[in-house]
Amino acid sequence: MRSRRIALWTAALVAYAFLYVPLVIVVAYSFNDSRLNAEWVGFTFDWYRKLAENDEMIAAAGNSLLIALVASLVSTVLGTMAGVAMHRYRMRVLPVLVLTPIAIPEILMGVALLIFFVMLNVTLGLVSVAIAHIAFCIGFVAIVVRARLAGMDESLVEAARDCGATPWQAFVRVTLPLIMPGVVAGALMAFTLSIDDFVITFFTAGAGTVTLPLQIYSMIKIAVTPEVNAVSTLLMLLTLVLIVVAARISPSLLRTK
Amino acid sequence: MTGATLGALRESRWGKWAVAGPPLLYLVVFFAIPTLIMVAASFRSPGEFGGLAPFVGDDGRLDLTLESYVRLAEDTVYLEVFLKSVVYALVTTLACLVLAYPLAALIAQSPKKYRDLMLLLVILPFWSNFLIRVYAWMIILGPNAALAKAVNGVLAVFGVEPVPLLFSSFAVLVCLVYVHLPFMVLPLYANLEKHDRALLDAAQDLGASAWQRFWRITFPLSLPGVYAGAALVFIPALGIFAIPDILGGPNDSLIGNLIKQQFLETRDWPFGSVLSIVLTVAALALAGLAAWVGRRGAEEIARA
Repeated sequence: MRSRRIALWTAALVAYAFLYVPLVIVVAYSFNDSRLNAEWVGFTFDWYRKLAENDEMIAAAGNSLLIALVASLVSTVLGTMAGVAMHRYRMRVLPVLVLTPIAIPEILMGVALLIFFVMLNVTLGLVSVAIAHIAFCIGFVAIVVRARLAGMDESLVEAARDCGATPWQAFVRVTLPLIMPGVVAGALMAFTLSIDDFVITFFTAGAGTVTLPLQIYSMIKIAVTPEVNAVSTLLMLLTLVLIVVAARISPSLLRTK
Repeated sequence: MTGATLGALRESRWGKWAVAGPPLLYLVVFFAIPTLIMVAASFRSPGEFGGLAPFVGDDGRLDLTLESYVRLAEDTVYLEVFLKSVVYALVTTLACLVLAYPLAALIAQSPKKYRDLMLLLVILPFWSNFLIRVYAWMIILGPNAALAKAVNGVLAVFGVEPVPLLFSSFAVLVCLVYVHLPFMVLPLYANLEKHDRALLDAAQDLGASAWQRFWRITFPLSLPGVYAGAALVFIPALGIFAIPDILGGPNDSLIGNLIKQQFLETRDWPFGSVLSIVLTVAALALAGLAAWVGRRGAEEIARA
């Protein structure tokens, strides 16, 4: 029994190490005073300073933030509506449309939207990327919101209706405050998914528009440089903060994804 | 919901469409229609300068053809890439299962108060940027890094030529496993957590060894979780293009790379569409098969 537990712990620790060592290395080398990313030389903030002077990178970060803000805002509104609709009404087509983008290989959505935009003569750029991000974020928000609704006490809405509230009033005054944690968590999730997305952005951004992941991609295709480590570290920090906040607001989030 | 409110809501049908309409419309326009256009594009011929040929040609004939499908069926090069992708995705799924199982089992056996934290630690890396996680392996497997030196040092003792770790199938597979591991842990944990310990205790009382208890009780009961995890790993792994693109060698091109090439380099939309459609159908079919086998397995165990 005891030896079995030790074996289990060892295997689990190997798996945890496998998950974390690569990320720790990326972070550690962002402070390493060497171009090579091969062995520890000494501590430095140089790579962060270089990053602050890298105009391309800053422009890419600006694009990413802008897209993520718009995409999370719009997809939260649409995703919440979809979540409410799927919870309250018998919908046949909506759940399929909401869930398929999550279930199919990402690349399919990327190429389908590429054909679509080019055929309609839509210039590929910030707008086409935002449209694409909204389309895949709606599903994630809808799932979180619907999970929240499933745990809600419906008698509260009934009570409001019995007291003479219109359906709209009952929704705004009762349902919405109750599902708010789910909505906010969904919004943070959408923001994270958008700012991190590479595949769909890769196909819908066109030649002139660069987001942070696209910038990282073109940098690592050329060479490994500690500047990438620095921007990666900052991006990880941002994601970590967003996820911790989202998880605090809605603990169930951890089990929905 | 009681009958009264349900009735009130049904009364106002406009309410339903006011709520469901906007997301429905958005997804029809920006997901369903683009997907249908892509399906339609797979039956057309490529244009002279990329894109599609005009629908009505100079000779007045409509541009509808099965050419791209025939090309996929006839040229074994594409079939080979498909097979290679399936093999990579299968190896990834198996490796994830082997790594994830002990972890999920340990979390399921741990005291309740620690479980959320242990799960969070599994999910957290998944939330860091995908490219960063790929990039990390460029560093670890790099020619100047400690790992490559150690491996080649050992190989040199046996007189074997040094092998590059980066830009190889090995690098691609390690990273595929790394990126998809959380998808296997979560459904496995969700299943293992529900197991009734009394079954194991009973088996032990009847003299079953730890090994027997695992293979005769725990593992068969966990099959629905195994299949769910397998589907969650297999589908994205099958369509991946960035990992072989960044970490692979010249022979590691997978179906995802082929699709990317058709759309961004050769600009053959019809053939790219055919590849995308076949990829999606294959992924969904295999996942559906896994789900079906999983449900059958669960039913059989429930009956036994």
